[in-house]
Amino acid sequence: MSLALTADERRIAGGADGAAMAMRIVAESASLLGAPRLIPIASAHIDGALYHGDSGTLFAERLVEGGAQVAVRSTLNVGALDLMGCSRVRLEEPQRSMARRMMEAYRKLGCEQSWTCAPYQAGHRPAFGSDVAWGESNAVVFCNSVLGARTNRYGDFLDIACAISGRAPDYGLHLKENRRATLVFDVSALPPEFLASEIAWPVLGSLYGREAGNAVGVVTGIPRNPGEDALKAFGAAAASSGAVGLFHIDGVTPEAPDAETALGGITAEITILVTAAMVASAQARLSTAGNTERIDAVAIGSPHLSLDEFGALQRLMAGRRLAVPIHACTGRHVLAELDRNGQRKALEALGVVIVTDTCVVVTPILPDSAGGVLMTNSGKFAHYAPGNTGYAVLYGSLADCVESAVTGRPVFARLGS
Amino acid sequence: MSARGNILVAGKPGQGPALVLSAPISFWGGVDPKSGRIADVRHPECGQSMSGKVLFLPGTIGSSSASAVLMELVHAGHAPAALVLHEPDAILLLGLIVAREMGWETPVAVRLPREMFAAFEGRQLQVGADGAISVSN
Repeated sequence: MSLALTADERRIAGGADGAAMAMRIVAESASLLGAPRLIPIASAHIDGALYHGDSGTLFAERLVEGGAQVAVRSTLNVGALDLMGCSRVRLEEPQRSMARRMMEAYRKLGCEQSWTCAPYQAGHRPAFGSDVAWGESNAVVFCNSVLGARTNRYGDFLDIACAISGRAPDYGLHLKENRRATLVFDVSALPPEFLASEIAWPVLGSLYGREAGNAVGVVTGIPRNPGEDALKAFGAAAASSGAVGLFHIDGVTPEAPDAETALGGITAEITILVTAAMVASAQARLSTAGNTERIDAVAIGSPHLSLDEFGALQRLMAGRRLAVPIHACTGRHVLAELDRNGQRKALEALGVVIVTDTCVVVTPILPDSAGGVLMTNSGKFAHYAPGNTGYAVLYGSLADCVESAVTGRPVFARLGS
Repeated sequence: MSARGNILVAGKPGQGPALVLSAPISFWGGVDPKSGRIADVRHPECGQSMSGKVLFLPGTIGSSSASAVLMELVHAGHAPAALVLHEPDAILLLGLIVAREMGWETPVAVRLPREMFAAFEGRQLQVGADGAISVSN
C-alpha cells in the first residue's frame, strides 16, 4: 500500500521553508513504514534536543531559519546541559556551545522548556485515545500504557517533524488492533512482600522487557494499583531492556479493566509464569559491579524524580550527612517546588547534588573515575550507566542507596527487614 | 556475482569493501559517531570501521537515536559507502532522509534478502544508484 497525501499536505511538502522540510520528513518516513496516510496529532514530546553531534544542531537551526513553528503542544526531553545551574556538566567547548545552540533552536521552534523525561508528571497528559507523537522510550511507554494515548517510538528528527507538521504516519500503536496484548506476564506466584517493595517495579520491568521484546503484554496478579511512580519505574526499565512501547496491567491501566479485555478475547500466544528465581536473576543482572566494598557515587531519578520521590529521599536521609554524593535528577517543574518549600536547600546542605534539565547518563556530570562504582535504584540507570559513564553498577532500593551514601560503602537491607 | 536490491533511500552510488555484520547493532552507543568505528564491546565486529564500506546490516537494536548517529557520520564524512538492509529500518534510514534534506550527499540504501548477504563477504563491491550490487575488479 502506498502513501496518499491530502492536497494540503502535498502543497506544504512542495514548499521551500521549514514546514515543507518537516512535512517531507514525515511523509518519507510514512512511506518507509508502509503507512497509507498521515493522521493529525494532539501533542508531541521531543527527544531530539539532546546533543549527539553538530549535525543535529545544524538541522534544528535550519528549521528555525525556515520559519518553522510547532503546530501542537510540544514538551522537550532532557538536553545535554543543566540550564538551571544546579549541577556542573563537564562538557567541553566546542561541544558545549553546540549543545546550547541546539537547546536554543528547539525553544525558538516553539517547544516548551520542560527539559524532562517525565513530561507526564510535569502537566503534559494527553487524553485517553488521542494520537500523539512522543519520543524518549520511558515517556512513550507511560503515555501509551498509563495514559492510554497513542504513540509510536518517535526518534530524533521525526519527533520535531511531526510536531511542526502536526501529523504522524498512521501505523503501529496508533491502530487499535496493534494495542491488543498477545502475551501474559503472570506475577501471582511471587511473594506479596516482594510485590509491595519498591524494587519490585524496576526489577519486574527489566525482566518484562527482556521477555516481551516488542510484543504487547498484560501483567496479571497485581493486587492493587502500585501508584504512578511505580508504573513509571516499571515502564522505564522495560523500555531499556526491550523495545517495549505499550504494556497493560490487569485492573490498573486504562485499556485493561481485566486481562480478557486487554487480550481482546483471544487466547494469549505466550504466558510467562514469573517465579522468584526469575526475579532474583533479573535483579542480579541489574548490578555489574560484582562483590565490591566501594561506592563512588549514587544516582537516582531515571525517569526524573517526582516531588513524592524527593519526599521519600528526605525521610530516608533523616537529616544525616552523606559520605558519598547522591545525584538526584529531576525536571524544573519539581525544582520550583523544592525551592519553594525549602527542600532543595535542606537536601543540598546534606550532600545531595540536584541535577536539573538533564541526567547523569546522557552528559558528563559524574567525575571521571576509573573502576568507579555507581549505586542506583533505577532500572534504566542500571542498564545505561556502564556503557555511557564507565561506572560499574550496584543496584539497590532507595533505602539501600541512602544507607550506602551515608556510610560510604554498600549496605543492603534484607527484604522485609 | 551480482544482485539487484530495491532502493530504500536513493543516494550516491558507492564502492568499497563489504562489511557484513554478523549481529544486529545499536548505532547509539554501539558506533562511534566521530569515526564510524564499531564501539560496542559485545558486538562480534567490534573495532572494525563502517566508514567507506558497503555495510550489510542484519538489523538494528536499541535507541531511537540511531538516525542521529548515522546523520552525524554522513556530515563528518565517515558514513558507509552504501547500506544494505533486509528490511526497511525507518529509524536508522531517517538519518539519511534528514541528511539529504540538509543538502548533504548521502549513500544509497538498498534492500536485499538476508540470506544473500554472506556471499558478498570479503569482496570489493559496487552499489549503483539503481540498487545493483556487483563485485568490482
